[in-house]
Amino acid sequence: MNFASVFDVPCIFFCRNNGYAISTSVKDQYRGDGVAARGPAYGIVTIRVDGNDLFAVYNATKAARQIAVKESRPVLIEAMTYRLGHHSTSDDSTAYRSIDEMNSWEKEDNPIKRLRKYMENKGWWDSQRDEKAHADAQKHVMDCFHNAEQKKRARPQSMFDDIYDKLPNHLVRQRQEMVDHVKMYKKEYPLDLYEKAF
Amino acid sequence: MLVKNLTKVSQLLINSKSQIRHASAFKFAPDTAPAELGETTKMNLCQSVTNAMDISLSQDKSAVVFGEDVAFGGVFRCTVGLRDKYGKDRVFNTPLAEQGIAAFGIGLAAAGATAIAEIQFADYIFPAFDQIVNEAAKFRYRSGNLFDCGKLTIRTPTGAVGHGALYHSQSVEAFFAHSPGLKVVVPRSPIQTKGLLLSSIRDPNPVIFFEPKILYRQAVENVPVKDYEIPLGKAEVLMEGSDVTIVSWGTQVHVVKEVANIVKEKLNISCEVIDLRTIVPWDYETVCNSVSKTGRLIISHEANVTMGFGAEIAAFVQKECFLNLEAPVERVAGYDIPSIPHVYEAFFMPDKWKCIEAVKRVVNF
Repeated sequence: MNFASVFDVPCIFFCRNNGYAISTSVKDQYRGDGVAARGPAYGIVTIRVDGNDLFAVYNATKAARQIAVKESRPVLIEAMTYRLGHHSTSDDSTAYRSIDEMNSWEKEDNPIKRLRKYMENKGWWDSQRDEKAHADAQKHVMDCFHNAEQKKRARPQSMFDDIYDKLPNHLVRQRQEMVDHVKMYKKEYPLDLYEKAF
Repeated sequence: MLVKNLTKVSQLLINSKSQIRHASAFKFAPDTAPAELGETTKMNLCQSVTNAMDISLSQDKSAVVFGEDVAFGGVFRCTVGLRDKYGKDRVFNTPLAEQGIAAFGIGLAAAGATAIAEIQFADYIFPAFDQIVNEAAKFRYRSGNLFDCGKLTIRTPTGAVGHGALYHSQSVEAFFAHSPGLKVVVPRSPIQTKGLLLSSIRDPNPVIFFEPKILYRQAVENVPVKDYEIPLGKAEVLMEGSDVTIVSWGTQVHVVKEVANIVKEKLNISCEVIDLRTIVPWDYETVCNSVSKTGRLIISHEANVTMGFGAEIAAFVQKECFLNLEAPVERVAGYDIPSIPHVYEAFFMPDKWKCIEAVKRVVNF
């Protein structure tokens, strides 16, 4: 942010503040008035927005873009929201936050539900379409999984690709050693999952 | 709803073929603790870490445990229960900044407190690299021993787990071994972990303690309940042999132990297996004595081969044992690839088949 500010860079810093870093809530993370307060300290124009309000985020970003482009300077947006899901598939967030806390955000201030309500009031959306969209999305994801699973992985040698622009000699040698070794121990490696190695 | 969907997706990932670990990894064979250490209780490696910190916190009123997410028990559950037992002033979360964690630990230690810091993954220790290498490692030296931060211990999970990919798999011990002033430790089992961690915490030098994270749950042993230390700087001969010395540390010790058993049975080759345990200062005496006897040396580690700690051992041993060597020193290590590429892990690893071939090469040289 300091670099962008010093060099008058027309860019947007968009901070989606969802309140958690794995188990650590913002209470343990910082003092002061959140992330937005850091903006003025760097001389950056800043706005904090309700991150669960689609239109507010849209308008704030639009205004930020205008300032950034017109005035050639950075803009910071802090969009306040809540991480409803677990941090990852190996995280169980009930170990560090209450179900009530999660439920209240899920029910009371859920960006998807809020937008849906708005769209339903306008007559643009209804539960029938919603169910279909869910079913379609789920099918699409499952199809992708299924298709990906049918695909062979790239041949084992390609693990040596893209380390450098061209493979240096020591890696050419290591790649050959790997191939020679795997040829000798074909049964011990999951070669059937990969494109033909040799 | 979202939570439910996430659970479904994770279920799907678990069921999908891409998540099945290839079976060749390693077998953990538990040790028996020396009888003189008394009563034991069953612990996995994670619990032995907790137990060592529990002992430190109870005995040393200045000891504190901190890091990202440690308050609720840690993402690997190594600090479970410690906050309830010792309070939030002694077991606490830090903001998400590894450089800050190391710096804070150095300051605490310099002021006389026992600082036990956790870096959530060894892969994420690099933001703290400057603090560790330029501050912690040199603190005593540059002040002419006026000050030190020897009461600092940084614990961090290391190594392959089968699905960690590029940022949850790395073995980075060699970076720190290159920095004089630090001690570097990698245990292989729960019994070892407890004794080595207690030594590390009490050692008057800053210690980087790498915990092989795949062993957190998989490695279970009957661990002595009492307070005990395993000295730093001492390797352990796990299997005695006469033909080939194999040196390793951490998870890889279990791979090479299996290799020693296989080549004994199939090829009648007798291997001496050494767990280095401490990377710095490393026990060259035990290694050189063994190589002088066997005449052959293989070093095996998960870390990239170039400038891995095996390179240091190889260079040292060829000088000390030159006339005893019957074959060139071999290294079986990770390839020089950003480690570890997810879908290629089975091919990347210095697995038992690669080690067996190395044994054959040094014997048939």
